[in-house]
Amino acid sequence: MLEINNLHCKIEGRSILKGVNLKVNKGEIHAIMGPNGSGKSTLANVISGHEDYEVTKGNLYFKSNEINELSASERAHEGIFMSFQYPVEIPELTVTNFIKTAINETRKAKGLDEMSSREMLKKIREKSSLLDIDSKFLSRSLNEGFSGGEKKRNEIFQMAMLEPELAVLDETDSGLDIDALKIVANGVIKYSNDDNAVVVITHYQRLLDYIVPDFVHVILDGKVIKSGDKSLAKKIEDQGYDWLKKEKK
Amino acid sequence: MAYTEEELKKNLETQEYEYGFYTDIDSETFPSGLNEKIIRKISEKKNEPKWMTEWRLDAYSSWKEMEEPDWSSLKYEKPDFQKISYYSAPKKKQNLKSLDDVDPELIKTFNKLGISIDEQKRLSGVAMDVVVDSVSVATSFKDTLSEKGIIFCSISDAIKNHPELVRKYIGTVVPQKDNYYAALNSAVFSDGSFCYIPKGVKCPMELSTYFRINQAGTGQFERTLLIADKNSYVSYLEGCTAPSRDENQLHAAVVELIALDDAEIKYSTVQNWYPGDKKGRGGVYNFVTKRGICHDRAKISWTQVETGSAVTWKYPSCILKGNDSIGEFYSIAVTNNFQQADTGTKMIHLGKNTKSTIISKGICAGKSQGSYRGLVKISPRADNARNFSQCDSLLMGNNCGAHTYPYIEAQNKTAQIEHEATTSKIGEDQIFYCNQRGIDTEKAIALIVNGFSAEILNKLPMEFAVEAKKLLEISLEGSVG
Repeated sequence: MLEINNLHCKIEGRSILKGVNLKVNKGEIHAIMGPNGSGKSTLANVISGHEDYEVTKGNLYFKSNEINELSASERAHEGIFMSFQYPVEIPELTVTNFIKTAINETRKAKGLDEMSSREMLKKIREKSSLLDIDSKFLSRSLNEGFSGGEKKRNEIFQMAMLEPELAVLDETDSGLDIDALKIVANGVIKYSNDDNAVVVITHYQRLLDYIVPDFVHVILDGKVIKSGDKSLAKKIEDQGYDWLKKEKK
Repeated sequence: MAYTEEELKKNLETQEYEYGFYTDIDSETFPSGLNEKIIRKISEKKNEPKWMTEWRLDAYSSWKEMEEPDWSSLKYEKPDFQKISYYSAPKKKQNLKSLDDVDPELIKTFNKLGISIDEQKRLSGVAMDVVVDSVSVATSFKDTLSEKGIIFCSISDAIKNHPELVRKYIGTVVPQKDNYYAALNSAVFSDGSFCYIPKGVKCPMELSTYFRINQAGTGQFERTLLIADKNSYVSYLEGCTAPSRDENQLHAAVVELIALDDAEIKYSTVQNWYPGDKKGRGGVYNFVTKRGICHDRAKISWTQVETGSAVTWKYPSCILKGNDSIGEFYSIAVTNNFQQADTGTKMIHLGKNTKSTIISKGICAGKSQGSYRGLVKISPRADNARNFSQCDSLLMGNNCGAHTYPYIEAQNKTAQIEHEATTSKIGEDQIFYCNQRGIDTEKAIALIVNGFSAEILNKLPMEFAVEAKKLLEISLEGSVG
């Protein structure tokens, strides 16, 4: 579904990714770990098509098509979703209105009619109960005055509503207490199926206790230096990244 | 008869002048320039009573002594008042056979605004049979109004048919010599609207929604006088979301509202005059004086959506003369490219327990400049006066500017005045967030701007609000590259 070949990228002239390779198939859950500043969030932004990140070398393929030249909204229409580490506030734009617009813009891009209000409402009800979201929450301004947990739950709620084929979760666990973490993880598990894929970017193994990955990759200094199964995450939790740094040398 | 060369020249000039005036009687325009003679001609041509002529002349003599104000932060070339023609009869619109003959750009905008085909034809001057229908609709509404004793007509008709009302109220809120542009308007106003709501009558419809046709072409010196008698109510809509391409560069309108005891006036404006091109060439100068007076327990509410004009100078104000009276001002001003807007309000608290609310939203894009300028004045005998002001600015890009000048003069210790101001910028991170959810940049801006403006848009009558919302989107198109 997603294939990244020898990806190099720069932001403001500074090289961040220095040859990333990654292959994600349908039905898989991948975890990407790494110390601060290793390039994890950059990778998420590059996959999403953030314009500030300049791809200097390498290719991104999504569903077998090269997507290097696609804009962020076009990639979203193709089925790529990113859960933001720091979701952005938009005053006086309600959560419902935002999601409705997002869904209908994507449908429009695919040549479909707008979703009927009835269908939309039904879907909102179904997905919000899954994430334990109060209906009052839906008429609040997008992310404005939301607690850390509310913001992240809102991200996963949007994911559930948009039903993307690829979900990239950028540090969705940061700032969450254990109860919120469980709710969020449960939302991801419910979403995950044989036809889609999840890439979880995280510092900590604890999220991976709930969202169990098929593969774990470690990024260090802009490269995937080690891949393995769930046990790799466990080892990092116990021993940190130093042994990997040494191994690399 | 022997002429000196000088006399001959003079005589020829006059002849040409008279020719210009008399033979072109239904076409049009007076020679340019302003003097007493021109003012008398305007008055004469409109068959005005003597007092009206004198009133105009009075205004003219004050205007001559006045200087064009330059205290605003606007930068523009001062108009040459002797080069303006002060009377043009409503120009006959070019009669086009079908919409195919209309400028496609205009049609594009109409479609984006969701204006019906019939109305598009009417606004762009296409001959059509349906006009008959819409005129008859207008007529039936006029019948409904007159049953209730509501007078709604052009100010010229009002001067002829209801001189006692006009004479009693005109210039009582905006005196002839109030300011430079108001004085000019008082001297030369071409036409405008007049409305009188009798005691205890609630006007059953939004006035002028169905009369857009009458509102078009009222000329550059428009004068509106609206009187709500005791315990009456009226909601009045002015302007049009459709783009107005006007040849006249200078517009100096005056609007006077009188809300007698327990009356309520809601006055909504959507202004979309030609703002000039992307490089800042051309565009309308809009110098307007709008003011209302509230008697005991009366309420006046101004709502405005300003997206047009190259230069806007406009401060719809309330004089809260009566005890327990209320003044409100809700405004959205959008500037893009090289537009400049200096707008705001004055709330003059004279009566006891008077209340005022000011909510002003400025949206600046391109290289434009937007200013809020407002005055809250509490007079010594205005016990327990309260004001709440909120001025928010939203900036797009790095080349525009938003400024806030709130003036407060409180001369009574019991006054409660609150002022809040915010300035924010549409962030690239907000845009990217929307993009990531499949919402393209243009739509993302629309969402953010609509959120920012929601509080004001909600004050507009429904059907107007929908159009105004689209208008905001169109005005900001292409503002983020």
